[in-house]
Order: sequence, then structure tokens, then C-alpha cells
Amino acid sequence: MRPMAQIAMVMNLDKCIGCHTCSVTCKQAWTNRRGMEYVWFNNVETRPGQGYPRRYEDQETWRGGWELNRRGALRLKAGGRLHKLAGIFSNPRLPEIKDYYEPWTYDYKNLTDAPLGDDYPVARPVSQLDGKPMKIEWSSNWDDNLAGAPAHGGLDPMVERLRRQAADKVKFEFEQTFMFYLPRICEHCLNPSCVASCPSGAMYKRAEDGIVLVDQDRCRGWRMCVTGCPYKKVYFNHATGKAEKCTLCYPRIEVGLPTVCSETCVGRLRYLGVVLYDADKVTAAAETEDEKALYEAQLGVFLDPHDPSVQVACDEAGIPYDWMEAARRSPVRALISEYRVALPLHPEYRTMPMVWYIPPLSPVVEALSETGHDGEDARNLFAAIDTLRIPLEYLAELFTAGDTAPVRSALEKLAAMRSHMRALNLGEEPDPATARAVGMRPEEIEAMYRLLAIAKYEDRYVIPTAAVGDARRLEESAVPDACSLDHAGGPGMGGNGPFGQNSGRKLLPLVSVENFHILRRRQTADTPDEAKED
Amino acid sequence: MSTLLWGALPYIAFALLVAGLVWRYRYDKYGWTTRSSQVYESKLLDIASPAFHYGILFVLAGHVVGLFIPSSWTNALGVSEHTYHLFSLYGGTFAGALTVAGLALLLFRRRTRAPVFRATTANDKAMYLFLVAAIVPGMTAKLTHAGGDGYNYRETIAPWARSLFTLQPRTALMADVPVLYQVHAVIGMILIAMVPYTRLVHMFSAPVQYLFRPYVVYRTRDPRQLGPRPERRGWETTRR
Repeated sequence: MRPMAQIAMVMNLDKCIGCHTCSVTCKQAWTNRRGMEYVWFNNVETRPGQGYPRRYEDQETWRGGWELNRRGALRLKAGGRLHKLAGIFSNPRLPEIKDYYEPWTYDYKNLTDAPLGDDYPVARPVSQLDGKPMKIEWSSNWDDNLAGAPAHGGLDPMVERLRRQAADKVKFEFEQTFMFYLPRICEHCLNPSCVASCPSGAMYKRAEDGIVLVDQDRCRGWRMCVTGCPYKKVYFNHATGKAEKCTLCYPRIEVGLPTVCSETCVGRLRYLGVVLYDADKVTAAAETEDEKALYEAQLGVFLDPHDPSVQVACDEAGIPYDWMEAARRSPVRALISEYRVALPLHPEYRTMPMVWYIPPLSPVVEALSETGHDGEDARNLFAAIDTLRIPLEYLAELFTAGDTAPVRSALEKLAAMRSHMRALNLGEEPDPATARAVGMRPEEIEAMYRLLAIAKYEDRYVIPTAAVGDARRLEESAVPDACSLDHAGGPGMGGNGPFGQNSGRKLLPLVSVENFHILRRRQTADTPDEAKED
Repeated sequence: MSTLLWGALPYIAFALLVAGLVWRYRYDKYGWTTRSSQVYESKLLDIASPAFHYGILFVLAGHVVGLFIPSSWTNALGVSEHTYHLFSLYGGTFAGALTVAGLALLLFRRRTRAPVFRATTANDKAMYLFLVAAIVPGMTAKLTHAGGDGYNYRETIAPWARSLFTLQPRTALMADVPVLYQVHAVIGMILIAMVPYTRLVHMFSAPVQYLFRPYVVYRTRDPRQLGPRPERRGWETTRR
């Protein structure tokens, strides 16, 4: 056993309203630079839909992730090492910028500078790639809220697969009753194919917390990671020629703060916590032959932090005590392994993703209510989950490689929770059969309800700091070393020119209260001794 | 003049190459990249880039053989001068043609595809100028001296090139070399000196180690470094 710790995320899709706050705050924090205009470390897709970049799930085209070779061993879908090096001069499977969208700005200057005339001046869109006027034809979330679904809906690779299997019986009617949002960040996989694809060895998985990062000093811009990632969450910065990706906001995580996307989520649907896993079992689990068994295989890789033998092994592996404590309290572990309502996104890519999703029950409830039935009655719901075959199969394509059983089980647990809690809220006696039907005890259902519905901040985010003993210093290191306004002539006027004590370009010091008083005393004292007085 | 071109320039070029590589590695690791423009345009690049790169690698191999394998060695193997010349002529012309075709297509793409052209820096333009200026006289020299056994550079240029390594450059050997070969050699040396200061530097990051490392790389956090690191040279700040 080789236990390792991983910071993982669970998103409760039932509560996502598709407001894109996470995407916007993430962009402001990380990707508001030139060369990164088209880059969304966090994006929210409407499903069914093509996703971002368009049709990224079509691995026959993009060749992301792993596959099994004839001997049943893992092989990168885009080709092995020699194949990669032979094709290094031009990556044939690289999405072009038009597969994302061409970034643009507007010619705002024209609004003020246009000569007087009969027509109102307009701000024309101007491409940020070539600086020329352009026609906007696509963008991120162009198909938000199923916009254009009759035209583009069929392009969703998952819909395509469903249709193939159902021999075209499935028409695109379900878009009217069935729609949900899928927020996506980097999966920080246990078996990351982007890391395996990097010829320079610039990408790595951090041993302490499992965050997958790109070493900007070692990246040489070969672009193989973009192809390697089946989720297309590694992006190419076209200004610097280097790969960049979601960092799981590691400077925040290290000091115990949730990521920006989690912190700003208005639906409070994201959960962050520690998961322990056995690194020795990862490859074997990823080599599970049956795609539908990959979900169970990944569950088998996780370690139970309550198990004394695991605790001993973790201690020997140098996992700190507060990380063990966090793993025991981890909301992510509870949702994944204990309640089993969270499911991985596309386990069939064999990367062992670590951002899991609670499938949405709301579309089912909605559909049920519209037909005039009681959408929160457990029996009605159980029946509806089965009858609404398309949603179930579609969700299964996303989360369990097409196996509907785990999705049904998760949805039924959510349905049982609704029914049980409604009875409690109305002062009725909850029917114990409801809980029993999904294999849970009423107390468990109520605990899950607290985690999912009440979702207190300290329950959602259980993040151990990088070094608890050094908390004070860490607190300050979370603040950037330099203030963006602090340069000579800048609005902060921090810099004092090249002369004297405060001369030149300097880092903004974090002045604690004690320092402030010492400084003031020194400046106002008449004698050196007076300044030293405490 | 002869001493400057054939006695000093090679060492200046080599010194600039080594010093430049050290400097770049120490101070501009962040800028050390292929600066790929494939996200802007992929169709032409898919043909042009492999053609150029495989061509130029083949050309490089040809130069190594031509300059550093003395004729006595090939004679010992029983390869006649004429056979060697034909091999060098056809092989060289094929590789050269591939390189030139690839480069021409790459330059065409760079000029006509607006986003690619916009991403081209003055540094790139200077580099392309010297690259073309090195390749064209080289190709021309080879083809204009193709008759018979061709120009036997293995008795003049090659011994001179080898003598550079013994630190006793035999500059006299280069005096009577055809002028096209001379031009090619001088521009070639300038190009070598330019490598670390242009995007050509990516040739020194050929990822051979990829063949030997485990697929998944784990790294532990630097315990002294928590939170973001101080801003270093090379980072583009958000202020513009």
C-alpha cells in the first residue's frame, strides 16, 4: 500500500443555475491576460450541448485520455512515446482556436472619435488575434440554455452515441424537458494523461495534494498535453507559447481557503476535501477491461481514513495528522464513498478524474410536476427516474460510461431524501420504507441532507493547510508579494524613485501593527533611545 | 580578412552560442519555447513543419558526415569518390529540396495568415532572413558544382572545420574555396551564433528524455516556497 492524499471536488449539479459566476471570477483571477483570452479554466456547459471546446468529448477525433492495448495495458490514445516524438513538429490532433472561439474586443474608440454624421457610430467587433474587424460566429457558451439546440443539439457526442444505440428512436424532444448545467474545471486526475503526454516533463502531479500543474520554466510548448487531456482542460497560451491549466487555486488551497470558483459559487454547490487513495492500485484500476466497471474500480482505489491499518500506513507515508483528520471529515469522501451519490465525469477515459458530480434530480422532478403529478412523492419519483429513460441514459453516458445502475441509485437516493425531508418539514412521520428502498438509514438521509441542502461553509470545505504549525507566515504568503498598483508612478505610488530608503521598485511590505508603531515612534522620536522604548 | 572569417569567426560564433545558451537558461527559461502558432492555423503547418524539420535534420546529418568524416575513412570502406559524390548530391538535394519546400510553405503561411503574421516579432524576421540566407547559397553551391565529381569540399572545407577543434585553424585551406561555399559558411556561423537569442533555441530542448521517464511525474512542493513565487523576468504582467 502506498497511500497518497488528494484534494478533490464534488459538484452538486442539482443546485447549479448556470449563472457562470465561477467562470467569471476564475477568469478574473487567472486568465485575464493576453494570450489567454479564449481560456476558461472553469466553464459551465449546458447539457445536452457540445461543450467547450466544441465536441471535446469526441475522442475519436481528439484522441485524449488512455486506451487499452492488445495486452490490456494502458496506452495513450494519441500514441506512444516514439509516435509522439516522431510527430512533434506538428501535432495533428490539436484543437485550433476556432474549435474554441476567436477572441474579440470592440472598437470602442469609434464611439467617441467618429466624425459627426447622420448615423450613430457603432463599436465594431475586432479580432484579438489579427486585429481586424470580424464577424462573431461562435463563442464560449454560444449554445447556453440550449440556444440553437435544434440546429446544434445533435452535435453533442453523447447524444450521437445515444442515438446510435437507440437506432434513431430518440428524437430531440427531450431538450424541452431535460436540461442541466455542467461546470467543469481540471479533473486533477489520479492517472493524468496530460502529464504522461508532456515530452518535456514539465507537467507534474504534486505529491502532497495531487494538484496537477505545469512548470512554466520547463514547458517548451510542444502542445501534446492539450491533445492528451480528454477533458481539454490544458490550454495553450498563444502569447507566451506555453501550456496553462487550472491550478485548483493552489495558493489558496495551501492556506486552507477554497478555490475561487468554489468560494464565489452562489449555488454553494461545490465541495472540497481530502481523499486518500492507494497509488499502487491506480494503474491496475485504470486497466479494468470493462468500461462500465471503471467507476467501481476507482472507488476501490480510495482508502478509508477510519480504518486503523490505513491510518498506520498513512502515518508511515508521512501524511500529516491534520490531513488525516481532514480526510475523516471530508465531505467529498462522504459523497463519493459513503453515500455514493457523486459520480466521476467520463471514467471511460481511464484518467481517474477527481472532480465528481452529483447527478441532477431536478429535471426529473420538473418533468414530473409538469405532468400534474406530485413531483416530490417518493414512489412517483422512483417510477419517473425509470420512465424518463433518456435523461438516465444521457447521464450514464457522462458519468458511468453508459451504465445506468449507479446513476439510478444516486438519483433514487436524492429522491428519497426529498421525500423524507418533506415529510419531516410538514410534521408528518416519514415513511421508513422510503429510506430502506435506497439502502439508507433515516439518520444517514438526514446527515446527507445537512451536507447537500444546508451546506454550511465549514461543512463544504474541509481543507487542511500546507503547514498548520506555520499558519501565521502562511496567512501572509497568501497575499501576493507585490501589489499591482505598487510601482513608481503607479496609482498606488508605492515606489519612491531610485534614491533614499524607499527607492526603486520594491515589494509591498506587509506592515503588521507592531511594525507600524515602531516606525511611527522612530519617525517622531527626538532621541534614538526614545525610539527603542517599548 | 581570412584570419577573421576562418580563424576568429568560428570561435566567436561558438562562444556566443554557449554563452547565449547559459544566459538564456539562467534568465529566460520562461521565454524558452517553440512559440508554436499551430492554434492559429493547423492545415498548412501539418504539411510544412514536418517537411522543413525532417529536411533540416537530414541536412544536418549530411553536414556532419561531410565535414567530420575524412575521405580516408570512406576510402577505407571501399567507397569511391564518385560514389560518395553521387550519394552526397542526391541525398543532399533531396533533403535540401524538402527543407526549402517546407520553409517556403512556412514563410507563405506566416505572411498570409493574419494571426500568424501578427505574432511574428522583429527577432523572428531577422532569424528567417539569416535562415534563408544560409540555406539558399548552400543549395546553390551544391547544385552549381554538381558536374563530374563535384566540388571536393572534403579536401578544403572539411579539414578546416576539423582543424577548428584542435585550436589550430588552417585558414589557408579556405582561401580558394568557391565564393558561394564561403558565403554559406559565414552565414551559417552567424546563424549558429544567433540560435540562443532567437526562437531557434528550441532545438536544444529536443525531449529525448521522454523516452526514458515514467509516464506520470510526481513532484513535491518546495518547502520554502508556499503561495505564489515572486515575479521573475519573462513573465508578462497584466499591465500592458
